[in-house]
Amino acid sequence: MTDLLISATTISSTSIPWWLAPFSHQFMRNALMVSALVGGVCGLLSCYMTLKGWALMGDAVSHAVMPGVVVSYAVGLPFSVGAFAFGVGSVALIGFVKQKSRLKEDTIIGLVFTGFFALGLVLVTKIRSNQDLMHILFGSSLGLSTNDMWQTLIISGIVVAILLVFRRDLMLFCFDPTHARSIGINTGFLHYLLLSVLSLAAVAGLQTVGIILVVAMLITPGATAYLLTDRFDWMTYLAIISSTISCVLGWYLCFLLDIPPGGCIVLVQTAIFLLAFLFAPRYGILKVQRSLAP
Amino acid sequence: MDQFRSTPFSDRLRIEADQICVDYNGVVALYDASLHLQAGCICGLVGMNGSGKSTLFKALMGFVRPSRGTIQINGVSVLCAQRDQAVAYVPQSEEIDFSFPVSVWDVVMMGRYGSMNLLRIPRESDRLAVRHALERVELIDLKDRPIGALSGGQRKRAFLARAIAQRASVLLLDEPFNGVDVRTEKLMAELFRQFRQEGHTILISTHDFSHVREFCDLVVLINKTVLAYGETAEVFTPENLAITFGGMVPNVMSGAPTSTEEHK
Repeated sequence: MTDLLISATTISSTSIPWWLAPFSHQFMRNALMVSALVGGVCGLLSCYMTLKGWALMGDAVSHAVMPGVVVSYAVGLPFSVGAFAFGVGSVALIGFVKQKSRLKEDTIIGLVFTGFFALGLVLVTKIRSNQDLMHILFGSSLGLSTNDMWQTLIISGIVVAILLVFRRDLMLFCFDPTHARSIGINTGFLHYLLLSVLSLAAVAGLQTVGIILVVAMLITPGATAYLLTDRFDWMTYLAIISSTISCVLGWYLCFLLDIPPGGCIVLVQTAIFLLAFLFAPRYGILKVQRSLAP
Repeated sequence: MDQFRSTPFSDRLRIEADQICVDYNGVVALYDASLHLQAGCICGLVGMNGSGKSTLFKALMGFVRPSRGTIQINGVSVLCAQRDQAVAYVPQSEEIDFSFPVSVWDVVMMGRYGSMNLLRIPRESDRLAVRHALERVELIDLKDRPIGALSGGQRKRAFLARAIAQRASVLLLDEPFNGVDVRTEKLMAELFRQFRQEGHTILISTHDFSHVREFCDLVVLINKTVLAYGETAEVFTPENLAITFGGMVPNVMSGAPTSTEEHK
């Protein structure tokens, strides 16, 4: 991060105007493209998360991948492998505890993900440095290695492919699982498919915005789009658009203002959500007030 | 629908459940329940809450596996029937999230998913089926409305249209007359008669006795098992209902049947 800032100041002292500085290096353009791509992918998935009511599940999975990331670094595996394993593992554990105990699901989710997250914290400080901890927690799309980039590209590709192939089935699964089952669609498969995709997207997203805030990438665009339209297809388009814009704009602001990318991106997303919340044509609160007035 | 063969329905069994037992982790929900329904009939399913009505529905849809007994639909196993799109379930309104961003057309199109390829890309025949179904329930003018913008009765009709579009031969309806307007009720009654004519078998789970008398050829009285079933006139008697409801005959029975219909 500090290296980059030095390079940024040296760049801005040359002929390039300051507002173009973020685009002056190949690795920065790469980082920008990766975060835009991740934004689009998470935006698409966020529609399903919002409609299925899985916000807490998204939070859980994104936190639970932390020990996986650390362990992968320690044993030299690609970080996504360990993260995915722990993401799916946490979901399986939640399902297992729910089946075997009388606790309510949200209690179990809270219990499991904090446990995993704590394990990750302990591991990272023992195995790696505090700087890595900050990197994992708050993300850094500026410091992407080529290896990380490829992993993110592949993960994004898988997520998009799955969501495109199963988009109708998943929509039906969110809307009316009973009907889905009664016409012979395997809803158990869809359940775990969506959870696996969630784990993958969380892994991709934590590269850019970090573990703490990745859940915003998985919810906010969908929530924003939900306020803007009554059509499922439009909801996905709007979520992808708003999420991609947020990532690009947030990344740009982060570079110019020297703040962590995660904070910037999520703040832009939240700002867009607030705009929708206030001014959405049909569901914005200002609209509601107007229609209530005589 | 039109594509159903015109062979005499009377000797074809749509639903054939023999002595089925269903338990959830050892708690018995249904035992020794047998039910044979022919093609082309409307059957009312009457029982208290927790009497096993929804368990029977679940068993017919293949959601729970009976621990004993067999179920066949159109002469094949429930799983095959599922794959043939033979069973359609029309849900109660409370089971559906009506703020979901789908249009009426989208909802009815969901009835066609089982017949489509993996990507669920509708063909012309699917669009025709959806259009036809919407016309039958008189919702074609509202096809682009969000499902949540419809009234209770219209929503019910939309889900009925989905079952029509699915071309299921067995229709399971859970409290179809709850919270519907007079127009929808008339229309549904007419549709049910048409379905019967076309050889569909309709199983209606309901609390409303006046509707049972009005629409149902057959009645099944259920309390953990099938207590009685047969022609409505024979089975739907105060004595049988007293047994079904454990001695507590709902006062609808004692009053004149018309009294419950008037205030609707």
